[in-house]
Order: sequence, then structure tokens, then C-alpha cells
Amino acid sequence: MTKQQANWSPYDNNGGTCVAIAGADYCVIAADTRMSSGYNILTRDYSKIIQLADKSVMASSGFQADVRALQKVLASRHLLYQHQHNKQMSCPAMAQLLSNTLYYKRFFPYYAFNVLGGLDNEGKGCVFTYDAVGSYERVGYSSQGSGSTLITPFLDNQLKSPSPLLLPAKDAVTPLSEAEAIDLVKTCFASATERDIYTGDKLEIIVLNASGIRQEYMELRKD
Amino acid sequence: MIREAMEMPPKGGFSFDLCKRNDMLVKKGLKEPSFLKTGTTIVGLIFKDGVILGADTRATEGPIVADKNCEKIHYMAPNIYCCGAGTAADTEAVTDMVSSQLKLHRYHTGRESRVVTALSLLKSHLFSYQGYVSAALVLGGVDVTGPHLHTIYPHGSTDTLPFATMGSGSLAAMAVFESKYREGLTRDEGVKLVSEAICSGIFNDLGSGSNVDICVITQGEKEYLRNHMLPNPRTYISEKGYSFSKKTEVLRTKITPLREMVEVIEGGDAMEE
Repeated sequence: MTKQQANWSPYDNNGGTCVAIAGADYCVIAADTRMSSGYNILTRDYSKIIQLADKSVMASSGFQADVRALQKVLASRHLLYQHQHNKQMSCPAMAQLLSNTLYYKRFFPYYAFNVLGGLDNEGKGCVFTYDAVGSYERVGYSSQGSGSTLITPFLDNQLKSPSPLLLPAKDAVTPLSEAEAIDLVKTCFASATERDIYTGDKLEIIVLNASGIRQEYMELRKD
Repeated sequence: MIREAMEMPPKGGFSFDLCKRNDMLVKKGLKEPSFLKTGTTIVGLIFKDGVILGADTRATEGPIVADKNCEKIHYMAPNIYCCGAGTAADTEAVTDMVSSQLKLHRYHTGRESRVVTALSLLKSHLFSYQGYVSAALVLGGVDVTGPHLHTIYPHGSTDTLPFATMGSGSLAAMAVFESKYREGLTRDEGVKLVSEAICSGIFNDLGSGSNVDICVITQGEKEYLRNHMLPNPRTYISEKGYSFSKKTEVLRTKITPLREMVEVIEGGDAMEE
């Protein structure tokens, strides 16, 4: 009798894709609303985006049970911060908090792939991208989740400077207007939906700017 | 003498020669190459005048869609068609092979092919490969003995049924058939039911998607309805379009002349030495 391997896993992958793009005075955060398990669709209408603070919005793909637990921990920590400091957390502060929270569970990680988007203290758009254990970086745009391998090369081509070797990109912000960024995001998801089976159903877009927060939906392929 | 004996052609069936070497490579950490599987929802049903086959058109490689509009209903004979699920290469190869065999058989016998002939050829081939040819088929056609519908599993077992579904979307499609199938459906009712079953697979199974292909076979006539339904158009096309002006940048250019291969001897009689 051959040695039996453990075949129960505490994790599951519910699929989905998230994207965030930072502009000069706005930030666009988007995610699809499909939740799946294996070859099945669990629901077509699940939001992966949560507003953590006035100017911080997080989108997470991966294992949604872990994502939900992570969201609750962050919301609770933000409430404590508000009581202690009498103000909302800034986006860079929230970014650090998220990193620490993820690393806290370094040896039994949250199976969550996050992008944090918002406005920094100067009102400029900021996007922070994470791995599952909290390593993070401020960037001009990012994509996580099952469709990220399809979307990131397209965003690199449209937004990135020609080569990091020739011209290091100092500015972590894209030169696009808000409308152009939204158009780009819609195109990214329509294309990713064509080729990734875990992405589809509906696209939820959140736009943060000086006038506040706005939500938009777009239909995606349902097959 | 011994050398000649070793060079005899293989007798068919699965050759286990490389298994030991493959196991050794996997132990050393080599990742086995993945196959292009068709995910798939394929169905068939018998109606009043014959057989209707249906299939989706998505081919997947793991979580990625490799082909958005592939053809899963394969030609076997003028009166017999076969839907294939499983490894795409296997379904193509096995249906092509049996289709050729049927043609030769038609020349030999001078008669129209029978569905049971295709069935026997397919099942004996799949059985001799012990399930390693990963092809799950829905075979349907109309011959002198009437309409026939069969399912064939990768290990070589078969079933004869009035309605059948195979592939990862088979449960979604079968749910529709079990609710709505009855004997003696008309052609239009049959096509509508098959489309509904395939759509159920397309929308509820992630391994199936895109369009619906249908094939209606009746006595002496067949109708191949490629892309009968297109329920999944692209949802957003940017009006302004995108340009891809950034080319791969040249970092460095270095030209290395190849060494002269031929020695050219000036004048004289080079050939004479």
C-alpha cells in the first residue's frame, strides 16, 4: 500500500480578476462579479470590492472566505484608528496596515490577492499591489487574479514607459484622463473574459476622485 | 537474425516502453505536458424522423480558452456524425481514423455504413488503449435499420440511449433533457431542446462556452448547422481603439561576420592538385 498524501486543503480558489489604475487626481478600481469553484459558478453577483476608508478602496481575488475575514479585520482596525486619532486613515497608512495584517499570518496565509486603490494625502491617485503574504509596492496600475496574466501585458504596453532600462519611470501615476482610464479598464475585462473561464458575468467599477466616490457596472459574457 | 526480429512493427494497443522512463523523469521534477481538453458539453437525442446532435464550441487549456469557436461535431459517414469530448487530439484522431475505415468498408461492401459498425470500431480501438486515449463520444446516425444514438466512454464501454450528454457540462445538459424530453419530438422541437441543453452547459459550466453547433440527421438527409446560435457576443468594444506603437527597443547592436567557409584560390588551377 503506497503512502497516502493529505488530500484535504483548507483553501479553495473562487477565481476572478481585479484591476486598479491611478491617475493624476483620480483612481479607478475594478473587479468582475463572478464567484466560482472548480468548473461551477457559485454566483454571478458577488462584489470583491470594499471601501475601507474615505479614500481607500480594496479589491481582492482568491479565496473569498479569507478575503471576507481580511476585510473584517481591516474594517475593525480602521474603526479603532478613528477612535484613537479622530480622523480617517490615509491610503498610504491603510497600505501599510494591510501589509502588516497579511504578514501576521505568514505561516497560514490569507489566500487573497489584493490591490488597494485610493487618493494619497496630496489628492493624487495611488495604487498599491500585494502578494498573499504582504509584500507591497506603490505602482501606477496593477492587476491581480486569474485574468491578471492576460491583462498585465496589455496595460504594460499601453501605460508603461518603453523600458525600465532606458527610462526609469519615476512617476507612479498614468497620464490618462479619467474617461480614458475607464475605457481602458472596460476593454481589459471584455478581453480577459473572452479567454479566461473564471472571469465574466458583470464588471464593477469604482471611481474615487476629489468629488467623492462613484460606482458603475458593465455586463460581461456569461459563458 | 536477432536484429531482424527486433525490428518487427508493433502489433497495436498501448506501448508501455516509455512508462518507466516517464516515471523517473516525474520523480526528478519534470512537469508532464498538459493536454488541450475540450471542457465541453455534447448532447444527442432521437426524435421522430432521426437523430439530432449538439455541441458547444469552446476548447480549453486549463483555465484559458484556447479556441473560442472549435468544431466538436465530427463527420464519420454521410449518414453518421460523432460529437467528441475529452482530449482534442484524441477525439480528432479517433474519429478521423474510424471515418477512413468506414469509407473503405463502404467500398468493400457496396452499402451505406451502419451506426453499429462505427460503434464497434470505436469501442474496440478505445478498449485496446485501456483508457489512455481520452475520448468520450456521442455517436449518432440514421441507417437502414433506423435512427441510432450511442455514448462511448474512454475505456471502451458503450450505451444505447434515446437521449445522451457527455463532457464537463453533461450534468447541466442532462438536467434539461430529463425535464423536457419526450418521445416523438418534431424536428423544430428537437432542435430547440438540444439548443436549450447546450446553452445550459454553456452558461452553467465553465469548461463550455461560446456558440451552439447542431447536426440534424434523417433518412437520406443531413443538415450541419454550424453556429446555429451565437448567444455570447463580445460585450464591449472601445470606440477609439488602441494602437500598439511601442516596439521592442534595441539595446545593443553587434555584427559578427561568419568565418569564411570556402577558401578562394586566386587564379591557377585549383582543381588540379
